[in-house]
Amino acid sequence: MRVQPALGAAFFVLAATLVMTPALAQKQGGTLRIYHRDNLPSASIHEEATISTVQPFMAVFNNLVLFDQGKKRNAPETIVPDLAESWTWDPTGTRLTFKLRPGVKWHDGRPFTAKDVQCTFNKLTGKDTEDDFRRNPRAVWWQNLKEVAVNGDHEATLVLNRPQPSILSMLASGYTPIYPCHVKAQAMRTNPIGTGPFKFVEFKRGDTVKFVRNPEYWKPGRPYLDAIEWKVIENRSTRILAFVAGEFDMTFSADVSVPLLKDVTEQAPKAICSLAPTGVSTNLIVNPAVAPFNDANVRRALALALDRKTMIDILSQGKFSLSGVMLPPPEGTWGMPPELLQTLPGYAADIEKSRAEARKIMEGLGYGPNKTLKVKVSTRNIAIYRDPAVLLIDQLKSIYIDGELEVIDTSIWHAKVTRKEYSVGLNLTGVGVDDPDVNLYENYSCGSERNLTQYCNKDVDALIEKQSREPDTQKRKQIVWEIERHLAEDLARPIIYYERAATCWQPQLKGFVHHENSIYNNWRFEDVWLDR
Amino acid sequence: MGAYLIRRLLLMALTLFGMSVLIFVMLRLVPGNITDIIFDSAGFVNPAKKAAIERQLGLDQPIVTQYVSWIAGLARGDLGYAFVSEKPALDEILPRVPVTAKLAVLALLFSVLFGVPLGVISAVRQNTALDYALRVVSLSGLSLPSFWLGLLILMACVNWFGWIPIYRSTPGSFWSEVALLSIPAAAVGFRSSALVMRLTRSSMLEVLRQDYIRTARAKGASEPTVNYDHALRNAVLPVVTIIGIEAAFLIGGLIVTETVFNIPGVARFLVEAIRWRDYPIVQNLVMFIAVVVVVVNFIVDMTYVVLDPRIKFEE
Repeated sequence: MRVQPALGAAFFVLAATLVMTPALAQKQGGTLRIYHRDNLPSASIHEEATISTVQPFMAVFNNLVLFDQGKKRNAPETIVPDLAESWTWDPTGTRLTFKLRPGVKWHDGRPFTAKDVQCTFNKLTGKDTEDDFRRNPRAVWWQNLKEVAVNGDHEATLVLNRPQPSILSMLASGYTPIYPCHVKAQAMRTNPIGTGPFKFVEFKRGDTVKFVRNPEYWKPGRPYLDAIEWKVIENRSTRILAFVAGEFDMTFSADVSVPLLKDVTEQAPKAICSLAPTGVSTNLIVNPAVAPFNDANVRRALALALDRKTMIDILSQGKFSLSGVMLPPPEGTWGMPPELLQTLPGYAADIEKSRAEARKIMEGLGYGPNKTLKVKVSTRNIAIYRDPAVLLIDQLKSIYIDGELEVIDTSIWHAKVTRKEYSVGLNLTGVGVDDPDVNLYENYSCGSERNLTQYCNKDVDALIEKQSREPDTQKRKQIVWEIERHLAEDLARPIIYYERAATCWQPQLKGFVHHENSIYNNWRFEDVWLDR
Repeated sequence: MGAYLIRRLLLMALTLFGMSVLIFVMLRLVPGNITDIIFDSAGFVNPAKKAAIERQLGLDQPIVTQYVSWIAGLARGDLGYAFVSEKPALDEILPRVPVTAKLAVLALLFSVLFGVPLGVISAVRQNTALDYALRVVSLSGLSLPSFWLGLLILMACVNWFGWIPIYRSTPGSFWSEVALLSIPAAAVGFRSSALVMRLTRSSMLEVLRQDYIRTARAKGASEPTVNYDHALRNAVLPVVTIIGIEAAFLIGGLIVTETVFNIPGVARFLVEAIRWRDYPIVQNLVMFIAVVVVVVNFIVDMTYVVLDPRIKFEE
């Protein structure tokens, strides 16, 4: 009779131990040391379009909602509350109301209120003309946002012009922190104030960026780390050697290329490395205003000449992903399955057959082995642009196109392409969130500032809006794939491949989950701890 | 001497004026400006906002107005605001100067302390095994690029000691900083030391064949006295000249070394500022380097008088 309570107690203790072990294992303290690959342009996430700013500064801020930092995949179902405790849609799908967390303070001690949410989106939508952002690279994300209405200090409603389910994914990105009303845009570039787990301490250009634990962080017990210290090391060999020597707990995001990964894992066998898509695609740009590329047949011949697999094999030992516009499966949610992708112009498995067709087109236009089409292939003067451009030139030879590499100074690349001063070019495009609205509106909709080639097709625009309104994922995918087909047929920036690269960290770094379909959204570091 | 000094100072001022014009014009001949780059890094161009930033930074002004404004600022000790960091340019430049200065001094010391004695030994032991060995060392110093040597040093340290001698944070004491900087200083100073060694050797060989050296030996002077007091003193003038020139060239080597060893000095910062077309930083830094070079050359010229009493500058 006395055994039963004893067994019960023992079971309780065992169960409690099992449940509590993970929590007890987490250690408070320590400085997380990470190297940074380059000189970050500024501290203002909203004004930049680079991982160089998002990765260090995401830890200073909170969003309304956030992609779960503990889950690998960014998807609507992995969105969790952040500054908003909860959210509700109205029946029309045009009013998204957030209940905001009370008691949250900015790092300078001022209270966070719904007004700050309003101010942030007023700046992003260009309504705040007094304290405007110097640049607003993701303005197109918010083109459907009519206004932000506030109700007291703890309720904010995003009023949309039409239903747009993707708005939550955009809000959950590392690119969408909430900024304080009371701090000017200029100050946010140099001395940012947030509500996040880490307070900004110092930003020495080209040297260090330092953050310390926010002791008044609204999430109890977080963050675990005392500080984060970023050290800028521009020379890749030096920083990789420093990581191997144990000087750093983590590499910069996606800094370890496929060829380097083998070296790192051999020299630092205990390091954990995750090879994942970077969200950056390499694509072909063709200027349809320049002869002979104003002829759709020539553009089609170009598409047919591409041998994506060979490029992928040469540049990444087969690790990059063959894809259309959207990030392909298995990591990507919206990309076409391979069997469907093969049906798009230029994606057929039989390259020789495609090239024979391309040659026939070119011959029909008067080109041949003795009369090649001379063209400059323009690209940015950076290795990751130049290398595929050289391969592209080689591939174009197979269809009587004699390409000459024209490397453009990196500072004027976008300006030159925007002014359409090119015929054929090779470009790289980064996408912040694996979401059709983000990718399609940014890069393919008429009038978007980031639509580099200024491709404009009203039918495609209509389809982009149609998929944007669609709440059902499966139905939406079908529309997205229809858009993919149109874009491939129009040769609107054909994607050659999506890159992959590795991020590595030392075994003492715990609690970090590397996201598999975006490099931009998992740098809050509030759940990360060090087991030194 | 007084008239010579005044003439030299005036010439220095003229040189610096010429440099300032050259720097200013050349910088603006490079394609693109800061607004191109900040929009390029964001992956788009907004012409209206670009023009607004250009206005805000004064880049819409005529080039002459911009130049006058810069020089007037310099005269007041106002170096302007860095375009990228939006901080006073002086605040950005000043903390980096001592780091590079220490590295440069250490590199020069390395080149002199190794180059001169080894050059003397090589000359004195001409055509011996030691001479051949030193000549091989000096030739390798001239042919090894400093970035390659730097990387080799880093790889060796990581592989053999599991440690990397890069600049992570400001060292705690002066001596620990000297210790940390001595490795990159050796990497960058190796080339200069090789040059100094070869020049000292050839200069010494010429002097050692002079009559007065034979006379000194005949008078019973010891070999060290002959080699260092009589020969080296007379052979050192071309070496001093080359050290002066090397001091100017050093900045090129420092850019690479600061990058490889991740030292937050002015040389690496200058390259970064050029990449960003951060005019206030580039103009002022290049001007600062120009001043240093002009002053070093002046010091070298003055050193001739000390080293060789026969040299007198005409009144």
